Amino acid sequence: MSKRSRTHVTCTVNGDEVDFLASDDTSLLDALRDELGLTGAKEGCGTGDCGACSVLVDGRVNCSCLMFAPEAEGTDIVTVEGIAEGDQLHPLQQTFLEGAALQCGICTPGFLVSAKALLDENPDPTETEIRYALAGNLCRCTGYDKIVRSVQEAAVQLRGATR
Amino acid sequence: MRYAAPATVDEAQTLLSDNPGSQVFAGATDLVPQIRAGRPSPSMVVDLKRIDRLTAVTHEGGQWTIGAATPTADLTRNAEFTAAFPGLSEAAGLIGSDQIQNRSSLGGNLANASPAADSVPALIANAGQAVIASGDGTRTVPASEIATGPGRTSLAEGEFIIEFTLDDPPAGTGDAYLRMIPRTEMDIAIVGAAVRLTIADNAVSEATVVLGAVAPTAVSVPDAAAALVGASLNGGGFDDATLAAVADAASAACNPIDDKRGTIAYRQRVAGVLAKRAAAVAAERAQNGA
Repeated sequence: MSKRSRTHVTCTVNGDEVDFLASDDTSLLDALRDELGLTGAKEGCGTGDCGACSVLVDGRVNCSCLMFAPEAEGTDIVTVEGIAEGDQLHPLQQTFLEGAALQCGICTPGFLVSAKALLDENPDPTETEIRYALAGNLCRCTGYDKIVRSVQEAAVQLRGATR
Repeated sequence: MRYAAPATVDEAQTLLSDNPGSQVFAGATDLVPQIRAGRPSPSMVVDLKRIDRLTAVTHEGGQWTIGAATPTADLTRNAEFTAAFPGLSEAAGLIGSDQIQNRSSLGGNLANASPAADSVPALIANAGQAVIASGDGTRTVPASEIATGPGRTSLAEGEFIIEFTLDDPPAGTGDAYLRMIPRTEMDIAIVGAAVRLTIADNAVSEATVVLGAVAPTAVSVPDAAAALVGASLNGGGFDDATLAAVADAASAACNPIDDKRGTIAYRQRVAGVLAKRAAAVAAERAQNGA
């Protein structure tokens, strides 16, 4: 009865088709980290409150700690490892660096993924929209102001505007 | 623990009856934290999201049908749904972060049976009906009859909510949901208040007032609704006496807990304030939509 059942999961991660075996009670987060070696997404709370484990699933931001790994079957997942283009950092990554929008860095992958989800859908968000979109991501050291400013700057760059 | 993702309601019913101790889920936004907090794991978790009917949103023949596992983000982004039920859409949009709203559902919010569930008062105020997979068939009950206490429901072992139905509101109807939390986002309601009312000839012809987070389940407040029915809206708003009667009835209907988020006296007071504010918003929407 308590034998751990394992499921074979096939999905797309950062553009590559992958398959892995995961125990049914494994979270997608643990599968990404332990089976696929993608350690960008972090476990903060494990209960969907902090957003450190955020990944895109079919283009929408999700807490990977709340997903059972077999739920990923057939989905298209993007983790923080997938948002740069080769050696070219995503504008969000560049502006976070330049704007010092990180300190210990644990929350950063989640913020980047959530911010990407926002800008993919809304290229010109207001500050209020940015703050609401990032409400599911907690930072305990940098403070949110630098993060919000960095997202605003990345949005400008992504729109092709110049300053 | 095993995971199963049935493709049909029938398949899900078979899985549940063949596997005692199994548990359905949609977003698992309550289930996973509960397991991590020490609740025994189900023998099997049955993912309802792969059943098309459970995530379908349709509007046909004067009725909306909302799959019980539909992510709440799909409702708040649905302009036609939001125009028809702005209060319910707003309530659904108050559940957690964007991450949560891409997973959370009306079915899960109701069946988890938290007294503070944000979507439940507005669902009840709009006379939502729950279509339940039961035995080999279905049964339909008002959404107000699902939760029976904190974490407890009237759903029998093996039953699950397939979808909700909502009739098109009559002309001149508006709804609203307001909640109080200790911060601006990402917290659990101290009080939630949903009001739906219909206005004909400048007076309220029908009203429903439902409170959340102030009793073991969401509570309808017929006395507050009665205070609204017949009230006239000359000049656009309700008079002070009407609003005071709504607030008094709402406060009196509370049977709240005392906790770190709010004391009993505070919840009672706030319930009255939110009920009259929600009534004012619903009236404005009813008049603008009419």
